[in-house]
Amino acid sequence: MANKVFHAMYDDDQKLLDAARAVTGSGLSVKEVFSPFPVHGLDPIIGVTRTRLAIASFMYATTGTLLSIFGTWYFMIHDWQMNIGGKPSDTWVENFPAFVPVMFEFSVLCGAHGMALTYLIRNKTLPGMPASNPDPRTTDDKFVMEITLEDNPGSSAAEIESKLRATDLYELSIKEY
Amino acid sequence: MFKESRLRTPLILGNKTYHDITHDICSPIEGPAPRPWKIATAIAAVIALYGIACIMYLVSTGTGVWGLNKTVGWAWDITNFVWWVGIGHAGTLISAVLLLFRQRWRMAINRSAEAMTIFAVMMAAVFPVFHMGRVWNGYWTLPLPNTLGTLWPNFNSALMWDVFAISTYFSVSLVFWYLGLIPDFATIRDRMVKKGWKRFYSILSFGWSGRAKNWTRFEEVSLVLAGIATPLVFSVHSIVSMDFATSVIPGWHTTIFPPYFVSGAIFSGFAMVLTLLLIMRKTMRLEAYIHVKHVEYMNIVIIVTGSIVGVAYLTELFISWYSGVEYESYAFINRFSGPLSWSYWAMMTCNVISPQLFWFKKLRTNLAFTFVMSIIVNIGMWFERFVIIVTSIHRDYVPSSWGEFYPSSIDIGMFIGTIGIFFTLFLLFARYFPVLALNELKTILKVSGEAQKNEASH
Repeated sequence: MANKVFHAMYDDDQKLLDAARAVTGSGLSVKEVFSPFPVHGLDPIIGVTRTRLAIASFMYATTGTLLSIFGTWYFMIHDWQMNIGGKPSDTWVENFPAFVPVMFEFSVLCGAHGMALTYLIRNKTLPGMPASNPDPRTTDDKFVMEITLEDNPGSSAAEIESKLRATDLYELSIKEY
Repeated sequence: MFKESRLRTPLILGNKTYHDITHDICSPIEGPAPRPWKIATAIAAVIALYGIACIMYLVSTGTGVWGLNKTVGWAWDITNFVWWVGIGHAGTLISAVLLLFRQRWRMAINRSAEAMTIFAVMMAAVFPVFHMGRVWNGYWTLPLPNTLGTLWPNFNSALMWDVFAISTYFSVSLVFWYLGLIPDFATIRDRMVKKGWKRFYSILSFGWSGRAKNWTRFEEVSLVLAGIATPLVFSVHSIVSMDFATSVIPGWHTTIFPPYFVSGAIFSGFAMVLTLLLIMRKTMRLEAYIHVKHVEYMNIVIIVTGSIVGVAYLTELFISWYSGVEYESYAFINRFSGPLSWSYWAMMTCNVISPQLFWFKKLRTNLAFTFVMSIIVNIGMWFERFVIIVTSIHRDYVPSSWGEFYPSSIDIGMFIGTIGIFFTLFLLFARYFPVLALNELKTILKVSGEAQKNEASH
């Protein structure tokens, strides 16, 4: 069976939210929503789960802290002990206060950049990547809800279309693949 | 949906729609460059080239071309460095701290403030980097395995902390700024008709498509970055202050330096944001998005931080007397009555007295007055660093080694040159980048748009 993709376009975020609620309430599954800005309250309706990027960031930052602890110990205590005013730095713990700024900065550096890279990779937004929004107006003022026949095996194309037409549509485009 | 009180002034004036926001911010990029922009950029570029010529002369001749001498080993270079880093504090403060405090007015100003931050930090880096003399060996500040024996940088040194603080701050601010720009570049990409430019913005937008999951991640990343950038903002200028505070020079060896420097940085950063935004809103017709209320909020931050700075000046003056340490007392007596006392009084007038005028609502909502004040504050903040640095060291413990500092033409040329480079970069940003976070602004339109608010209340 050929797959059909329905792009229901709305000209307001509230209309999109109402439509998404109605459509999912009637048993359809929404594949994707393209919007010009984050629409709050949409994620639970269309089943988008919470991102774990914050946890990833914490892990990157912890790695940074551990690396900076290792680095300061290796450079300043193990490999070449500094002897300032006849007071050699024998242990890392005794020198720890002086290392706090670098430990903090390095943790932030790893946490921020690690998270940013993960974000770009997970979003598949990297230099040279092609855009995949179905309509250029979705980055301006229109909101598009994408529903496919493939994702909704229990419904026919006519059923999906009629359910979408029942919402406060701006435009509906149906493509066959 | 979140409802905002009617009493609150709307943040977006007029009857704007989502499309109007896109149009207002993107159309200056799509049209031909206006004549005033070309003239301003040409002037800034000439000044920038002069600065670059001075830098090249310095590199080829040596740091002796600066006016430094045996007694005054740090002067304009470090003054300029601290001044630029301070200016570079407003951007991330606006985007990070104000995001955590859910201040919606930040959305109209954060993009250009962040751009300003990045360019200011780049200008700040010029001074310590070229002070190294053999600038091509700059990578020696990093702990890299080397063939020079067991040679590592000293992690006990405040200067080393600075290397980490400034580079972290610069790169994290850059990432924060760019991640916010990606969806806006996508908007420009989808509107652009000219083929070459469309390709250009297509590359810059990284293929952003505005999927629901992308936006969820976007918001999470912004929030977490704001969370970790907030202590970063405070740490950076604290560490810059420790360049002085961890030394044993009277006038520098002060425990109040970190909060004092941080407030000073926010103070000067907001002043610079105001200088730039007041011109930009007019020339780019952004009056509906950056209006008197935004300026008033920023002026309130200026009163608060300016007053903290004022209290810090008076505290260190009192403590220098109260400590009973002769050298400490003299450092401060010399500041206000010595040969450089004019700079001390310039600092006091510009930073302590003048911002207090903003207590008057009439003055803090007057745009022309604010513009003049923003320049006065930045002059004052430059003098603050000059006073702290030069007056503390030009008369040290041994009167026979007392000296004076006179800037050389290269000192002046490099400083003016960095202003030229800064403005060139900022003008290029204003021409080719979306100067307002348009996709973020759209999120507050229904809550804070003038027409939308009026409609909701009827």
